[in-house]
This record gives sequence, C-alpha cells and structure tokens, in this order.
Amino acid sequence: MGAVKVESWGRLAEPDHQLRFLSTCNGDLPVFESSRLGLAYGNGRSYGDVCVNPGGGLWMTAGLNRFISFDESTGIIACEAGVLLRDIQRLMIPRGWMLPVTPGTQLVTVGGAIANDVHGKNHHRVGSFGDHVYEIFLQRTDGETIVCGPTLKQNWFSATVGGLGLTGVILQASLQLRRVAGPWLDAETLPYQNLDKFFALADGSEEGWEHTVSWVDCISGGGGRGIFIRGNHAEHHGKFEPERKKLSVPFVPPVSLINHLSVRPFNSSYYHLQSAKAGRTVAHYEKFFYPLDNILNWNRVYGPRGFYQYQSVVPREAGLDSVKSMLREIAKSGDGSFLAVLKTFGNRQPVGMLSFPQPGVTLALDFPNRGERTLKLFERLDAIVREAGGRIYPAKDARMPRDLFESGYPRLGEFMNYRDPGISSALSRRLIGN
Amino acid sequence: MLNKKIVIVGATSAMTEHCARLWVAESPIDLVLLGRDLAKTERVAQDLRVRNPQSTIAVDTTDFLDPQCIRAWANQVVAVGMPDIVLIAHGTLPDQLACQQDLALCQDALLVNGVSPTLFAEAFAGHMQQADRGTLAIIGSVAGDRGRKSNYVYGAAKGLVTRYTQGLQHRLAGTNVKVVLIKPGPTNTPMTAQLKEQGAKLADVSGVAKAIVDGIARGTPVVYAPGKWALIMMVIRHLPSFVFNKMDI
Repeated sequence: MGAVKVESWGRLAEPDHQLRFLSTCNGDLPVFESSRLGLAYGNGRSYGDVCVNPGGGLWMTAGLNRFISFDESTGIIACEAGVLLRDIQRLMIPRGWMLPVTPGTQLVTVGGAIANDVHGKNHHRVGSFGDHVYEIFLQRTDGETIVCGPTLKQNWFSATVGGLGLTGVILQASLQLRRVAGPWLDAETLPYQNLDKFFALADGSEEGWEHTVSWVDCISGGGGRGIFIRGNHAEHHGKFEPERKKLSVPFVPPVSLINHLSVRPFNSSYYHLQSAKAGRTVAHYEKFFYPLDNILNWNRVYGPRGFYQYQSVVPREAGLDSVKSMLREIAKSGDGSFLAVLKTFGNRQPVGMLSFPQPGVTLALDFPNRGERTLKLFERLDAIVREAGGRIYPAKDARMPRDLFESGYPRLGEFMNYRDPGISSALSRRLIGN
Repeated sequence: MLNKKIVIVGATSAMTEHCARLWVAESPIDLVLLGRDLAKTERVAQDLRVRNPQSTIAVDTTDFLDPQCIRAWANQVVAVGMPDIVLIAHGTLPDQLACQQDLALCQDALLVNGVSPTLFAEAFAGHMQQADRGTLAIIGSVAGDRGRKSNYVYGAAKGLVTRYTQGLQHRLAGTNVKVVLIKPGPTNTPMTAQLKEQGAKLADVSGVAKAIVDGIARGTPVVYAPGKWALIMMVIRHLPSFVFNKMDI
C-alpha cells in the first residue's frame, strides 16, 4: 500500500518505497508499515544506491528547509537538514559569507552533504564539507536525539560525517561559513597535453590557487590531455549577466545520447574549443562551481537505462601510473563520456570514519549503463584502484564489490558501533550486509 | 519610509511560509504571524529573521474557532498599525471517508476550513474598509469550484470561502480595499502528505507562493495557482452532470 517509485540521480533503477514526509525537527521519526527500515532522502543527487532503500521506507527531508540562526560575528549558520546549499549561497553571498566547501552541484541538501562528506575544488586548502560542520542534531530511530560536533561526542560526529545516512537521521546542523568579498572568481583555463603536465599544473597551483579542477579527455587514452581550471575568490566585480533561462532535458530519450558516436567528436571539439579560450577570466561563482545546475534533468541524456559514475581516489605515489592505466582501459573500451574530472586532493585526513577524500588524486567519470560490458570495465578499473591502495566514493557508487569497500575503508569496523539498527539502504545491504 | 505591514493567519502552512520568504527577500517588512502551534510558528519566524534581519517578525496564537478571540485579536493587531496585507491561509485536508462516518470530524473540517477563515476576514474587513486601504487575501481551493465525491466536505468549506469572498468583493468594490481569492491546486506541502505518500505529483510550493504573492501585489480578484487550474476548473465546472457523475475523481 502506498508504494512510490523513487530513483537516485543515476536512474539505474526505480525501486518502490514507502514515503514519510518530515516537516518538523521535533519528535520521533514517523514509522513505516510492517516495521520496515527507513532511510533519509534529501534532494536525490547521489548517483548510485546510497540514497535509496528498495522495498523499505524513506524519510523525505525536503520539508526541513528552515534556517534557525545566523551569527554575523562568527559566521556560524544553523539550519534544518533539508536546506539546499543553493539557498545558503544565494542568501549569504550578498552578505559577505559563503559555504567553504561545495560539490559540483549546489542542489544538494545540508544533510546529504554531511552524510556523504562531499568535497569541492578547494580540498587541498580547506578539506571537505565535514571539516566545517560545527554541530549535528542526529535523530535515532529509538527516539534518542544525539547532538554531536568536533568537540562534542566526537565519535558520533566522526561516524555521522560521511556516515552515508546510516547512523540516524540528520535533522539539523550548524555550519561555519567563510568570509567572501562577492560572487566573483578570478579564473584561469589552461590546456594540458598529458598527465605529467596535469600533475605539474596541480602541484604548481596548490600554493597560489584555492580552487583547482580539470576536465580530462577520457578518449585520448593513457596520454590524458585535458583542460585545467583554477580560480581564486576576487575582490573586484565581473560583468553581471542576466539570469539565463534554465535549459532542460524535457524527456528521457529512447537511447543514451552519450555513446561512441558522440563522445569522440565532442571530447575533441571541447578540448580544442577550451584550448582556444585559454587564459584568465572573471567568472560568477554559480558558473564556476555549478556549470551543470543550469540544465534541468541533465541525467536524462543517458537514456532509459541510466548511468554510473565511477569515482576513485588513489594515493599520490601510485597516482600517475594508476590514472594512466585507468584512462587506457576506458579509451580501449570505447565507453566513457564527456564528464570526466581529474583532481588532486590535499594531504589531510578526513573527519569521517567513512569519508572518501584521502591524499592523492581522484578521477570521476560518467558511464552510460550498457549492462554487462560496463560492469566488466569497472572490474578492470577496480583492479587498478585495489592495486594502488585506493578507494571508491560510495556517494557515487552502485556496484563496487564488498572487498574493495572493506579494503578502502579500514575504519568500517569502528563505524559499525554507531549504526542505527532502524536504518538501511540499498548500499548498506550490498556492502555491509544489512 | 515605514515598512510594509503584513499579517498572516495560519502562518505555519508551507504555502504562506514560502509567501513570507518571498516578501522578506524583497524588502524589510513588519510581519505578524498567527499560528495554532506557537512553537511551530516561532520556528517559521526564526527562519524569516535569518533571511532578513531588518524585518520585525512577531508571533502570536489564538483560538481559531472562537469569534470573540478572533475579533479581539484582529482589533489588537490593527491597534498597533493598519496592515497593508492580510493573508488568511489556515486549513486542514480532512479524510473524506472519515468525515462521512464521523459527523464530529465533518463538523471540525467545515469549521476550520470554511467558517474560521471567513470570521478572520470579517474581523479585518471593517477596519480596512474604514481605513480605505489594504489587501485582504484568502486562500480558497480549486476543490471549492465543484463538489466531487472524493473531497466534498473540504470542497464545501472552500466553496463557502469562495462565496463569502465574492460578497466581500461586492461590498468593498467602491473602496480602495482589494479582496483577493486564491485557489491553489494540489500543492506539495505537509497538508497533502497523504496524497504524496500515494505517489501523487503535486505543484511545487515555491511556485504556488510566487503566484500568490504576485496576485496579491496586483490585487487580482481570483488567482488560480498554478495558473493552469483556471482552465482545468473552467472545464470541470461546465461539464454536464451526466458526464461528471461518471468520472472517478
């Protein structure tokens, strides 16, 4: 009764759920019929199966969208867990404050950003989202409310940041914002011809640039040409562009528009176009950080079978060779897509027991779902990651093997002490067993 | 210049909460929020204070079904300062089948959704007429346009609001007071949680709030939100009974 189909961003499956809509932060969590287990669901931007609970329940947090307080002297903002990062940015940037860390989309909730300990282009400077969380109100399914933070019940905090929603439902949180002069960034675009040059650029930019990221041409093979982008927050003003009408992918095309016919010419022309545009510009933060947010439902371009994202991080020592091998495998497969991101992480340990970022280099790519052959390719990539002592990002994952999860996240055993027995997800059943 | 003064009755409704967010995003305002649950209303106020620290936001509660309380509260609000906008928005979505079984539930639904909003409107209408200014906006519903089996108790209460507003518009036609009736379609709010649990796709509340705020600014007598419902309901209202009665809606 009341089964509703809810999908994750990758659209690989459309499982049935029972839904409960949260609208207030006080009181116990609503229960599901036949004592099904539940899971918090925010804005559904997780790619894989971390945000779904097939056959179980979802607590929808979109209604928890209120701010609670903002202290102008310290920059600490408290809000409910369903507030979108976009709402914080749009409200606070005109007042001279912004979130220190945001991922490549601002259409995620605060709760989701904490539960996946998301990172941004400035990881080498400021770490991940969890490094700026000051306090979390965690609702357990047994009725207990746990308030934790970096100096308060640290174990609970460390389990919940990056805890994939499995330690309880995050109802509200306090975040440390940072000062910012305005919405503008000085940005520079630099083409690179191979991975050695990428690493040289990344290392050379660590000191002088807060934000670094690169697009890599995944068809070019082990060579790995690409476009390196770096940016710093600017004091001066850029040119205000009137807000453009959002583009939209209005329906799901019958086949993936990202295929071997389109990827090669696109990547080649993108590389040459961006190379021609190389140089310095002043960019608005929304364009610099969240280029895809302006295209509604872009995930539909991959067609009815959906898509995977494969994001790994490997330690720096193995970095160059591993990335080369991965790109070679991908080029050989002829799959891959336009969206391929290569970035170095800073040399710092994350807050969360299951946080993804670790010192090294991270490669993220979308792959249209072509069934068995796509999964076979992932197995070859897994072998490279395993060999290098790396790990895969659960927020993006829908298929990693259990042994790779266990070897990639050595604090899993410790984490298990903080799990909420009333919560389960497709990912937890796949990778932890319940 | 003085801040615009806006009074919201039923301020914990997601619809008016989003209207208030749009208003405070425009400019600092003086806002009075009336809710049935003080703690919840205070939570709404806190959010608005973060969004616009220059606004003053007061929170209050009263008995929504007691005519004397309603009168006294409206008088007290007006004594502090004549509102520019009064938005009356409270309501609940009753379970139609339960109302058919239990007349007490049926009565509650009719009182909360029909009688109470009109009492609030009446309590402010006289003051606004005397001051010869202001906009009085009431949330009705598309459900009030034609009774249907799945929802007619709620529809009847909202129909009462429709007819009442029509009369008030007639009464105040010669004045500078504007009376706006808003008829939202099914909207994604906590009130419709049961519909959503069945998988219904409902209109986004921020878009509906935008239509309400725009309609109030223009003083449009009847606002359908989203606008497509004007067309849909025109068709529904004009369907002959022999067709309508065969429909399972």
